[in-house]
Amino acid sequence: MIKTDALIVGAGPTGLFTAHQLKLIGLGCEIVDNLDKIGGQCIELYPDKPIYDIPAIPECTGEELTQNLLDQLKPFNIKFHLSERVDELKQVNNKWKVKTNKGTEFETPNIIIAGGVGSFEPRKFSPKECEKFENKTILYSIKDKKIFHGKTVSIFGGGDSALDWALELSKNSKVNLIHRRDEFKAAQATVDKVKELSNAGKINLITNSQLKTVNGNGELEEIEIENDNKETKKLKSDYALGFFGLIMQLGPIANWGLNLNKKTIEVDTEKFETNQKGIYAVGDICNYPGKLKLILSGFHEGALAARACFKLARPNEKYRFEFTTSSKTIKNRLGVKSD
Amino acid sequence: MPKIIYIENNGKSHSVEVAEGLTVMEGAVQNNIPGIDADCGGGMACATCHVYVKDEWFDKITKKSEGEDDMIDQAYEPKKNSRLSCQIQVSPEIDGLEVHLPEKQV
Repeated sequence: MIKTDALIVGAGPTGLFTAHQLKLIGLGCEIVDNLDKIGGQCIELYPDKPIYDIPAIPECTGEELTQNLLDQLKPFNIKFHLSERVDELKQVNNKWKVKTNKGTEFETPNIIIAGGVGSFEPRKFSPKECEKFENKTILYSIKDKKIFHGKTVSIFGGGDSALDWALELSKNSKVNLIHRRDEFKAAQATVDKVKELSNAGKINLITNSQLKTVNGNGELEEIEIENDNKETKKLKSDYALGFFGLIMQLGPIANWGLNLNKKTIEVDTEKFETNQKGIYAVGDICNYPGKLKLILSGFHEGALAARACFKLARPNEKYRFEFTTSSKTIKNRLGVKSD
Repeated sequence: MPKIIYIENNGKSHSVEVAEGLTVMEGAVQNNIPGIDADCGGGMACATCHVYVKDEWFDKITKKSEGEDDMIDQAYEPKKNSRLSCQIQVSPEIDGLEVHLPEKQV
């Protein structure tokens, strides 16, 4: 059981700056994120796209913004729990107990949800028949490539993941690569290599086709695909892999008893607290009259939520507002010399 | 103002007036049309404002943006006539446009 003053859910820009604000006022915090890396949407959706509306930064990419925020957090030792999704929430003696899908448990008076538009999950195949094979012979990520040795694997998708795995698995497996159109969104060298192997008969490349249904008794045996002209084709297949990118879902937070508005969480604008005491929402995931889904708004919301956390984490102390330019205490926390 | 008709997957039709210059996605969100999520807010960074556009309209609307098809690859049940509604500009020329919504966005 990890005890902390505040648990932040989401390691995007808002979560990172909120951590900075908590540490600055002397509170401890830990951060959980379902992605395997820090940066949230900035890193997952637009690492290379320039952002022009961060105050005092005329232009920066999602990746640069994330790196700058991490640099700003350097004076502090913050524990990240990546590739973990918060699942269960319980209230015990005025504290919140949170458990992740990996079994990590936290006890904290404050939870700050900085979850963007939810946690990223792989987009799944749409035919319902796929469900019974999922996590067994229908997969959306690969943990152990050895299981495919000598098998027939049907890979769906047109991006780097699909093509990279098609190349890799074609060494030891029979690979069908199926994509809904005949253009690919992958590195040109990878696309060239796939076409080369396709011409050599090492990869069975099928374009303008999508999965229609799957068959099998317990394990996947056969897939049926359909092309743009509605012609279907059956292919023997031991595994089907889908690489369609990630979608965002609120996930288990939706069952935490918070007041929701579509995919957002309603908060007040003083503490950015939800209808549950000690649970706050900041950044894109929160909603209040006038809410703007801008990164700068997330920074403001995080700063106020952090101050609200102080009351519950240090009930016997009084919070005193201080500036980083003049406060000796803050400078000590930052590890910089005061004048 | 141009009229845009949003047809839900169950056949329910919503006809709303959308100001020129907005996108078909914004028209849906501002009028609370169910079935358009627009998670990323119009940045072409997700595929949750996905719509189908019938052939007779497909060539009249704003052409596909660069990278739009890459995002549509990630949509739920993409088809040949799939578009991201955040990339379709509303103008007098598309008055009466019908867009069909997929069964779901995520």
